[in-house]
Amino acid sequence: MIELVSKDRCIGCSLCVKVCPTNVFEMQGKLPVIARQDDCQTCFMCEAYCPVDALYVAPQGECSVEVNEEELVSSGLLGSWRAEIGWSRDSVSTMAERDTTPFFETFTEQYRGR
Amino acid sequence: MSQQDQQWTADVLVLGGGPAGAWAAWKAASQGAKVILADKGYLGTSGATAPGGTTLLVIPPVADLREQAVQARLRAGGYLSENAWIHRVLDQVEHNLELVAEWGYPFPTDGEGKPLRTHLHGPEYMQIMRRTVRKAGVKIMDQSPALELLHDEHGVGGARGINRLTGETWEIRANAVVMATGGCAFLSKGLGCNVLTGEGLLMSAETGAELSGMEFSRQYAPSFADGTVTRGRMLAWATLYDAGGRPLHKGDRTFGSLPELMQQGPVYACLDLADTAEKREFLRRAHPIFFMPLERAGIDPFRHKFPLTLRYEGTMRGTGGLRLTGSDCATTVPGLYAAGDAASREKVTGAISGGGAYNASWAMCSGSWAGQGAAQYALAQPRGADSRRLLAAGRYGLPAGATHSRALDAKPLIAAVQREILPLRINYFRSVPVVQSALQRLTDLMPSLHGRIAPSVQGTVQSREAAAMLIVGRWIYTAALARKESRGLQSLAEYPALDPRQTHRLILSGIEQIRTSTESVPHAHELGRLQEERAI
Repeated sequence: MIELVSKDRCIGCSLCVKVCPTNVFEMQGKLPVIARQDDCQTCFMCEAYCPVDALYVAPQGECSVEVNEEELVSSGLLGSWRAEIGWSRDSVSTMAERDTTPFFETFTEQYRGR
Repeated sequence: MSQQDQQWTADVLVLGGGPAGAWAAWKAASQGAKVILADKGYLGTSGATAPGGTTLLVIPPVADLREQAVQARLRAGGYLSENAWIHRVLDQVEHNLELVAEWGYPFPTDGEGKPLRTHLHGPEYMQIMRRTVRKAGVKIMDQSPALELLHDEHGVGGARGINRLTGETWEIRANAVVMATGGCAFLSKGLGCNVLTGEGLLMSAETGAELSGMEFSRQYAPSFADGTVTRGRMLAWATLYDAGGRPLHKGDRTFGSLPELMQQGPVYACLDLADTAEKREFLRRAHPIFFMPLERAGIDPFRHKFPLTLRYEGTMRGTGGLRLTGSDCATTVPGLYAAGDAASREKVTGAISGGGAYNASWAMCSGSWAGQGAAQYALAQPRGADSRRLLAAGRYGLPAGATHSRALDAKPLIAAVQREILPLRINYFRSVPVVQSALQRLTDLMPSLHGRIAPSVQGTVQSREAAAMLIVGRWIYTAALARKESRGLQSLAEYPALDPRQTHRLILSGIEQIRTSTESVPHAHELGRLQEERAI
């Protein structure tokens, strides 16, 4: 579930409020807050759309977990999903461009270990 | 009728901003119609496709290959699908993917420069669809769930809803409405599926629309137990283990045994069949969304065993939905069209799950057909929807249906519905007495839908979601009890075999009183012939 809105990074653009499919965020003054964490569906879309990598969605979908912003920054996790999709300014390619692989099912048929 | 905060008029109103809604809006606008698309969330992030990705059904246009695929599908779907519709999808999806490439999606090419259009990554695909829909002149209303349809004696004429961010109510009048609100997955937290709560089915039924195939809804998807990603195809590369580390199963492409295995105890998976760095690299690149959450949880899925759970997929990866009556994806109500998972996919998939490939292809195709059908219908109407005497049709979980003063508390009601619908014990291992008593408990919850609605935006939206899930749940179990056989995604312990005499579709209508009837299918005799041959 969404666990972090970095106050250091957030520029208050409210894009997360606008794109969240399940209406989890709310603007409180100039910054968004996680208003309804229970409704988060752990789809990672807010993180993908955040233009300044201020959001972190933990993979746990059923329960809230403790996260540490400094650790997320130093491990490179903050913003890593947007970078992998290819939407960061310094991304050289997008996920779709890198997926130069043949049909998954065919590959599975041919190469899967027995 | 009470005045809404915002009023708009269009030719076509599309409800839902996943792939089916996006294609419907684009197609309707391309026909010259004035189109508004309203989504509960945001066109670009909403629905089952956006956060992940999807494979597509691409079979080369070689007559033999196509015919082979169609025959295989007819057989697998228990002869409830239709030859002509499967061919139609195969033709249309190729055309649509050509367009997606033109709009900028970077499909890979094979060694000879031929494009490989077998897979779409959700975030990029849906970003392109949003841009394309906007360019076509469609007005997009994000964060604007529809709550109910408008209708008169001539059929549907628009919808009413609310903006979740501002709390403003809206009314859009349109002579044609495309229902593309997805299936109903009962908030089971499959990736991107919690927006799929069935209101589209409910609001359509309130105007008299019929449903079909609701019994084919026994699909559960494997997911990392702590996580939400339900891309089960990756488990084709997994060995499954029990809690003691003993291997249970290898490379289960269909996962058919998972519910049974999980009855015995926890099941773990490890993608250890990917035995070289090249294979691991391929898998990692093909489906990043499968790996990222595991990696964030500190798990290397190629080396570590991670626990699995099954997430119920309802009518989303089931095949039931609004009954279609024509090739233009019309429903039984004039002016109302259906596309994507909101529509029954039986014409193409029969009794089995569409799975990713068929459902994603169906979303594109049915969206295009419904958009075109809706535009043609709307543009042929003699008068605008703004001059019709329309009434709001919604009752259940809405202020108009509130007859007693006790409050409708949505969250506990949703939990009560989930207790009957999500358990494998009830809904996967279906048996007559267990399903019957679950259905009875759901029916006993119906009076609570007439409670007072909380005045907040969340209260309004969630009350309607709760109502929809309760009623969709009753449709599912009513249909499951009415089809006394096992076929595709339907199974009853008391009737473990396929019964050739039930090679028909099961049609439902009504909300308080659910009526069932049957519809014959064109290929039923082929199944009969097959059975005779086997008997000899």
